[in-house]
Amino acid sequence: MTTVEEQAKIQEQFKARMDENELLNCMRCGFCLPSCPTYIESGFKESHSPRGRIALMKAVVDGLFEPDDDFERSLDLCLGCRACEPVCPSGVNYGHLLEEARDIINQNKKHSLPARVVRKTVFEGLFPHQNRMRSLTGLLGFYQRSGLQTFARRIHFLGLLPENLATMEKVLPKVPTMKEMKNRPEHLPALGQQVHRVAFFSGCLMDTMFLKTNDATMKLLQLAGCEIVNPPSQTCCGALHGHSGEKSSAKELAKRNIAAFEDLQVDFIITNAGGCGAFLIEYDHLLKDDVEWKDRAKRFTEKIKDISEILVAVGFHEKVKLELPPQVITYQDSCHLKNVMKTESAPRILLQSIQGVKYQEMKDAGRCCGSAGIYNIIESESSMVMLDYKMTQVRATQATAIVTANPGCLLQMQLGIEKEGLSSKMRGVHIVDLLLEAVKQG
Amino acid sequence: MLSNEVKQKLINIVTEENFADSKTERLVYSYDATPNFQSLPDAVVSPRNTIEVSEIVKLCNEHKVPIVPRGSGTNLCAGTCPTQGGIVLLFKHMNKILEIDEENLTVTVQPGLITLDLINAVEEKGLFYPPDPSSMKISTIGGNINENSGGLRGLKYGVTRDYVIALEAVLPNGDLIRTGGKLAKDVAGYDLTRLLVGSEGTLGIITEATLKLIPIPEARKTMLVHYHDLAAAAKSVSKIIANKIIPATLEFLDQPTLKVVEDFARIGLPTDVEAVLLIEQDGPLEVVERDIKKIAEICQQEQAVSVKIAASETEADALRTARRAALSAVARLAPTTILEDATVPRSEIANMVKAINEITEKYQLTICTFGHAGDGNLHPTCATDSRNHEEMERVEKAFAEIFEKAIELGGTITGEHGVGEMKAPYLEWKLKKEGIAAMKAIKQAFDPNNIMNPGKVFAKETRKRVVVAR
Ligand SMILES: Cc1cc2nc3c(=O)[nH]c(=O)nc-3n(C[C@H](O)[C@H](O)[C@H](O)COP(=O)(O)OP(=O)(O)OC[C@H]3O[C@@H](n4cnc5c(N)ncnc54)[C@H](O)[C@@H]3O)c2cc1C
Ligand code: SF4
Ligand code: SF4
Repeated sequence: MTTVEEQAKIQEQFKARMDENELLNCMRCGFCLPSCPTYIESGFKESHSPRGRIALMKAVVDGLFEPDDDFERSLDLCLGCRACEPVCPSGVNYGHLLEEARDIINQNKKHSLPARVVRKTVFEGLFPHQNRMRSLTGLLGFYQRSGLQTFARRIHFLGLLPENLATMEKVLPKVPTMKEMKNRPEHLPALGQQVHRVAFFSGCLMDTMFLKTNDATMKLLQLAGCEIVNPPSQTCCGALHGHSGEKSSAKELAKRNIAAFEDLQVDFIITNAGGCGAFLIEYDHLLKDDVEWKDRAKRFTEKIKDISEILVAVGFHEKVKLELPPQVITYQDSCHLKNVMKTESAPRILLQSIQGVKYQEMKDAGRCCGSAGIYNIIESESSMVMLDYKMTQVRATQATAIVTANPGCLLQMQLGIEKEGLSSKMRGVHIVDLLLEAVKQG
Repeated sequence: MLSNEVKQKLINIVTEENFADSKTERLVYSYDATPNFQSLPDAVVSPRNTIEVSEIVKLCNEHKVPIVPRGSGTNLCAGTCPTQGGIVLLFKHMNKILEIDEENLTVTVQPGLITLDLINAVEEKGLFYPPDPSSMKISTIGGNINENSGGLRGLKYGVTRDYVIALEAVLPNGDLIRTGGKLAKDVAGYDLTRLLVGSEGTLGIITEATLKLIPIPEARKTMLVHYHDLAAAAKSVSKIIANKIIPATLEFLDQPTLKVVEDFARIGLPTDVEAVLLIEQDGPLEVVERDIKKIAEICQQEQAVSVKIAASETEADALRTARRAALSAVARLAPTTILEDATVPRSEIANMVKAINEITEKYQLTICTFGHAGDGNLHPTCATDSRNHEEMERVEKAFAEIFEKAIELGGTITGEHGVGEMKAPYLEWKLKKEGIAAMKAIKQAFDPNNIMNPGKVFAKETRKRVVVAR
């Protein structure tokens, strides 16, 4: 429940902080509606559509309307997938509006005690600290290796958790050891003729839980002729904070990253997680009102590139032989990679150049899988509806591998596979891991 | 506000789930695509079938509650803005294709069906439904019928009206009527089908429609012609038609429109030319090839700088999609976009383009012009800011002059977007007092309590005509 005082404060902040021109930029043509997963899944409710959400935000700014619980519900259920943006002819930056609105609501609302503790631990205590991320992941590793996992499963401890969290636990990757996580390479040479010098944004989750994927990324970059620097002072991108109404922490993280990368003299900063990349590429927007940082942010964002883009740009798939045993594969877009970084064809080009495999595009590959940051935990019911739709499309392709380009999507796909009881015949895999397999066989 | 009694009865008809009156739910149905119109309904009701529609209408008629039928709310005339309150009626449950009849070449649908879904479904069977408003990926058939919408293929194939052959409608007293049939000819009484088409939800509620289909044309070719001179582009349009060629599509975009559309679509549209024509011909391959060649020659004679024929269907589709985005893309330029829909006889298109430019100049406005040139239907669209009252006054004056000019050239104030509440004050300019009286008599006969979309089409007051100095 939002109290009356909270509503008044939120309203006041909306008036002061929401970008009125951006709100007015929506001419209400409705062209975004067919692309919005929540509009479709809600049975075509305007209040769960981008046009409706923008109108609601505008009504709060105009003082037509107090931000009540229904209003918050409408924003909470938004996946933040930003599928409404590339299809908007007026170029409305919906994601920015949402982020600002969520930040205002969060800043002006007292969360219940447990919610407060969780938020504080996650957003301040965990994600900004690589060492703590390592030990958390370490704990998970201990849990998996020690037999505790088997024990917990036996006593149905996990049965106490919401259904999808319990399944989620099953699909977490086998985590690396503390030692592996600490000894990260800071510099790697190009293999063969050097074409670029690049920096690698390793990401907090990627460099712990998905360490192997990061190793594969670096290997591919080396093979593609890139010399790699991996500055140890880089930190979490801040996406989770930004999307959950913790904007000021996100800004701090952004500054640390900009500083970490700015003197490296590299051509590009490479990412392998759509969610992180999309947030990094908008640091200039995040820091637009900060005179000291905005130009530095702009220079930073101009260098951000997804791994698949650079591989295609240097012709990796033409130079290196890629081959895998016969199988059908399909690709699930990462929403932010597609809608914000505009990387859509590069991953497909790479996958289609693997010999031996049949690439089968799935229907609505660009529609959100329901992972959406921590949406699948907070809004698990809605998330599972999205996932069920996705799995139906996956099944129709007859694929045995679902390729993704973002850790959140990957986990969600694995969750889908597990839920459908398909784990013996289907797997979820990050594109770089699959490409490295194809290099090894090729 | 609805009385508790009415509210409860509505819930009894549609169930709790399909009735909403929270502030949030009312707010999101308080607008359509028309700028500067917003007004909250008292409730939002989503019937599941014709019987429920009829019960709702009876109830509202009895209690004199206004009903605003609403498709996807993409109309541009404030046609679904509930300016008199009442209930908004949604057709989200009534969105099915009921039958595709391949023997009679008809399709029967419910009003909430999305236009593009219809087009795709019949094309899968080798059939063709030509009316394709630019908003087709979200507009509904109910909305198309009630606005009598046109599209990119109007020149050769006509508009929605030309494809509606039978309707099922609930009248304001709750009566259910069926008009027309799957018939090539039918003169049994007044043509109520045609009366209901374009009636903007003011005469009744369409609950089912049977639409005529035609075989899908065998081949199609698309071309983009560039001009350094607006007048030359406009003249080409008249000349193509005068040469007895009727292309399927003949669209016009001026330079400011091209710039914003390219900004969105990024498909390499030219932004350094004054105007382009997007031309398409379909039919048997030999005819298409012959026509396209002839059209290219005509355009070149009229000083076209270049003629480019799309190399593939993908390229052609990108061009069409870009054209469809034009209106929303203009919204990039300024906070408010006000578009008009004046239409003149095809032969007058060059004069109309010239007049629009002079008027823009005179009032110092930013106006992008694009539209269905082959239909004589242009959409001068003003990028402005509704917060700037001084400029808004100039915009209003400019549009009044554009209307005046269109009527003088033998045209009309709206070709396809409808009158709604927005253009109601100008309707008399076109129809004269007697025309309005005849229409009001029809409205009165159908809807004596004025519950169906009140405030639309007929204005309380007619705008004073501007005196255009010539
Ligand atoms: C970007 C853009 C491009 C456009 N391009 C075109 C174009 O190329 N050509 C064109 O003609 N128009 C165009 N339009 C205008 C608009 O899209 C059309 O008028 C369309 O037909 C409206 O469909 P809708 O489903 O949104 O109807 P709505 O806007 O919801 O309703 C339109 C009218 O129909 C009535 N109505 C809806 N359903 C029913 C029903 N079942 N029974 C009775 N009355 C009903 C409403 O009361 C209202 O008066 C465009 C609009 C936009 C925003
Ligand atoms: S497509 Fe853009 S302008 Fe149109 S309704 Fe959606 S956000 Fe608004
Ligand atoms: S971000 Fe995704 S869920 Fe949210 S309004 Fe846009 S398309 Fe819909």
